[in-house]
Amino acid sequence: MAHAQGQQHPIGVYLKIWGLLFILSTASYLVDYFHFQGYLRWSLIILFMFLKAGLIVAVFMHMIWERLALMYAILVPPLLLIVLLGIGAFEGNYTFLTRGTFFGTGSEVPVKHR
Amino acid sequence: MTQPVMTSSAESLPLAGGLQGVVADLSSDQRAFKNVPWGKAMMWIFLLSDTFIFSCFLISYMWVRMSTTEPWPNPSEVFALTLWGHKIPLILIAIMTFVLISSSGTMAMAVKFGYEKNKKMTFILLLITALLGATFVGMQAFEWTKLIVEEGVRPWSNPMGAAQFGATFFMITGFHGTHVSIGVIFLIIVAIKVLRGDLDHERPGFMTGRKGSYEMVEIMGLYWHFVDLVWVFIFAFFYLW
Repeated sequence: MAHAQGQQHPIGVYLKIWGLLFILSTASYLVDYFHFQGYLRWSLIILFMFLKAGLIVAVFMHMIWERLALMYAILVPPLLLIVLLGIGAFEGNYTFLTRGTFFGTGSEVPVKHR
Repeated sequence: MTQPVMTSSAESLPLAGGLQGVVADLSSDQRAFKNVPWGKAMMWIFLLSDTFIFSCFLISYMWVRMSTTEPWPNPSEVFALTLWGHKIPLILIAIMTFVLISSSGTMAMAVKFGYEKNKKMTFILLLITALLGATFVGMQAFEWTKLIVEEGVRPWSNPMGAAQFGATFFMITGFHGTHVSIGVIFLIIVAIKVLRGDLDHERPGFMTGRKGSYEMVEIMGLYWHFVDLVWVFIFAFFYLW
C-alpha cells in the first residue's frame, strides 16, 4: 500500500481546466466591469465562484479520483459553516437595526447601503 | 518459535466501491484512507482546518459589513488603477487572479511530470509556479502600499466610508498573502529536492527519516491549489460583492 500508483492523468485535462478557469475568472471580472447590480450580480458572482472552486478541488486537487471515504471526510464538514453563516446573518441584521435605533442621526429607519 | 505470517491483504483484496466502500474503509480497523499516502491524507485534513479559519474570517467580514451603518467603500473604485490614461476598475485584482490561476495550472502539470519521473520538467514547472506566486505577493505588496500611502486606509479608519473596511481587508488579504509566501518557500524547497534528485533516490529530507518520493510534489500541490481556492472566495466576496 505504501507504493500507491499516484495520480496520473493526461496533460490535456489540466490545460482544459486551466482554460475554463481563465474564462470563468474573466466572466466574474466582467460582472464588475459592466456594473451589474443587485441579485443578478450576487447570483452570478456566487455561480462563477462555485464553478471555479469545484474545478480546482475536483481536477487540480484530484478529488474526483479519490475514494469516497476521503471525499466525504473532507467535503462534508465544511457544510457546518452554513450554521455559522446563518448565525452571522441574523446577528448582523440585528446589530444593524440596533445601531440605527441608538446611534442614528434622526428618528428615521436606517437606510441599508447596497 | 513460530514466525508471524506476513500478509499484505490490503494489496491483494479488491476494494469495495461506492457507499459500501466508505463503510468498508472506515470500519476496517486499519488505515481509513486507502490509496493515498498518509502525508496526503494529513495535508487534506490540515487544509480542512484551514478552510474553517478562512471561513471564520469571511463570515466575520460578512457580519461586519452587514452591521455597519456607514456606507461600505466600493471595492471596484478603491482597487481601480489608471493605465494608459484610463481608469480601469479592479484591474490589479483581476491580474492577480490570473497570475494565481496560472500558477495553479503549472503546479498541476508539475505533479503530472513528477509522477512520470521527469525531473527537468517538474523542476521547471515548480520554479515557474514559485515565480508566479512571488509575482502575486509582489503585486499584493504594491496594492497594500497604494492603499496605505495614497488612499490613507488604516485598520481603524479610512476616508471612503465604514471604518471596518481596513480591518477586514488587512486581516483577510494579509492572512492569504502569508499563505502564498509560505507556499513560495515550500515550492522552492521542493524544487531544489527535485533538482538534486532527492526524490528519485528516495533520500530522506532535512529533520525527517521519511524517504523522498514524488508524492511530495502532489502534497505540496494540494497546499498550493488550496491557496488559489481561498483566493477564489476572497475575490468573490471581498472584491466583487
